[in-house]
Amino acid sequence: MVNGIDSAKTKSFYEEGTTKKSSGLASWLFSTDHKRIGLMYLVTISVFFCVGAIFGILMRLELMSPGETIMKAETYNSFFTLHGVIMIFLFIIPGIPAVFGNFFLPLQIGAKDVAFPRINLLSYWIYIIGASLVLLSLLIPGGAIDTGWTFYIPYSVRSGSNISLAIFAAFVLGFSSILTGLNFITTVHRMRAPGMTWFRMPLFVWATYATAWIQIIATPVIAITILLVILERFFGVGIFDPALGGDPILFQHMFWIYSHPAVYIMILPAMGVVSEIIPTFARRTIFGYKAIAMSSLAIAFVGYLVWAHHMFTSGMSDTARWIFSLLTFIVALPSGVKVFNWVATMYKGSIDPKPPFLWVMSFIVLFSIGGLTGLVVGSLATDIHLHDTYFVVAHFHYVMFGGTGTIFFAALYYWFPKMFGKMYNIKVASLGVLFFFISFNLLYFPKFILGYMGMPRRYYDYLPQFADLQLISTIGSWLMGLTLILIITNIVSAIIKGKKSEENPWGGVTLEWHTSSPPPLENFEVIPEVKHEPYDFSQLEEMKHGS
Amino acid sequence: MNLNLNHNLNLNHSLNLDPNLNLNLDHTQNHSTPYGVYILVWLGLLTLTAITVTVAGIDLGNYTLFIALTIAAIKSYLVITIFMHIKYEEAIFKVFLLVSGMTLLIIFVLTFVDFSYR
Repeated sequence: MVNGIDSAKTKSFYEEGTTKKSSGLASWLFSTDHKRIGLMYLVTISVFFCVGAIFGILMRLELMSPGETIMKAETYNSFFTLHGVIMIFLFIIPGIPAVFGNFFLPLQIGAKDVAFPRINLLSYWIYIIGASLVLLSLLIPGGAIDTGWTFYIPYSVRSGSNISLAIFAAFVLGFSSILTGLNFITTVHRMRAPGMTWFRMPLFVWATYATAWIQIIATPVIAITILLVILERFFGVGIFDPALGGDPILFQHMFWIYSHPAVYIMILPAMGVVSEIIPTFARRTIFGYKAIAMSSLAIAFVGYLVWAHHMFTSGMSDTARWIFSLLTFIVALPSGVKVFNWVATMYKGSIDPKPPFLWVMSFIVLFSIGGLTGLVVGSLATDIHLHDTYFVVAHFHYVMFGGTGTIFFAALYYWFPKMFGKMYNIKVASLGVLFFFISFNLLYFPKFILGYMGMPRRYYDYLPQFADLQLISTIGSWLMGLTLILIITNIVSAIIKGKKSEENPWGGVTLEWHTSSPPPLENFEVIPEVKHEPYDFSQLEEMKHGS
Repeated sequence: MNLNLNHNLNLNHSLNLDPNLNLNLDHTQNHSTPYGVYILVWLGLLTLTAITVTVAGIDLGNYTLFIALTIAAIKSYLVITIFMHIKYEEAIFKVFLLVSGMTLLIIFVLTFVDFSYR
């Protein structure tokens, strides 16, 4: 490679920092290096993922048999709320952009760092403050929030639990998201390496860029909504109270105006990662590059038009119900464009089924099930039957956990050698994907059937006829717990005592593979000049000669 | 009142055409808008506020909110272009603002698809 990698001479970003001392806790907590910030996010977000998963496993344990099993109804209410709040606001929304976006967006466009490194650090600290407020709301008198992660009016105004503090935490976390988005948009516009034209950018960059727009435009809406709920709670101003001239459905509108686009904040970066992994492991340039890039922007845009499909049974007007149902079907188009292009990329490719690729295969199956059942709940008529049942719970776990969660692992396993310069145990990693796929379906597929049979979501008890499927699901949750332990242990042990990895173990050709692993502080010895399309594998020979 | 408003707006527009052209040539330089323009915009904003207040007293049915929001949008446009100097910035900033503004418009329209037909 022309950019001259000689990792023996080059100091990696672990050995050289932006602070006075290059090691120790302070060198991390006050570092403005996008790679260190990405890793700090990785550690923090992974911890919260584990906490959220523990809440989930305990909920499944309660549901193992009918009646009270291990907790009271009120505790269960708090558990599903915390599971939702932690998984949504602390894991899946920041997840891929904050960890992998931070680490790889500048590398992939050939920049030394993001446009505003200090704001980047600020966004991490705001995230920590927001997360601390969530935890504080559990501990102080009043009790943990019990409204569900959607904070629906009127219960969120009447409930005596610590709602104001918990939703204020979500308000604070929103700013972290906005600042990250702002940084990414500016970085993509201003800091691309010479020759890195818009249509030479890797598709992960396109996806993260589209996501950043949603983060900036949609997040303020949830901030306003949260402030209005807090106002309602403290002063009873009546914005959402019909007795005072307010409108409770307005809350649902405002909540979903943010939270539906937020679904795309969660999934778009994941789709970007898929578009990176498939070409690398199929050794073939991506099929339909521009279509995939544009479909990211299309999803970001269409995401604003469909929010009220969460509200078909809320009492809004019939006209709105059929318009939103119709608009919802449009989302299937750009998503379909992506899935077909991914599959077409693999056609006649030279496929190397390494763990990151296996994760992606698992993703395509799980996400397709999640996406297609989305059309079932997006259709007005069928949603009336399925609304607020386990079917919805199954649908969004397939999309979010089977989609974004799976790709979080895929990204970690794909970029691990680049981030740490080490390699994990490939066999254990492949087995992890298999176990994940089995336990995932065991855990969530019964919920589709339960929901169709009429099992409502958010109940801590159920009728005896649901017992068998509930038990299968609970057994699935144990297997999932064990699988997660396996997956995470493999990563942690590789960080501690993993073998040194090759510079480019998968044969990737996007810019992050043109520098040493782990990269130096300013990413490249010399800022690269881009002369190829992003997935042009003819570069591989050239890169080998260069290094 | 309305006539007066249009007059203000048009005048305002024509006054700014020339400085705008100059500044596009070297936009990094400091730019000064003549005080006259600021005063005209200020008067325009006052007039629009007066219209909002007046219209609020008249029952226009479904159009009440539409008119109030339209006037508010014109006022925001004036403040953003003149006071916040977006008029003299690079095209990219205008595109960013336009995208945000259009999104907001879509959100309003779709929300009222529910509200107006209940």
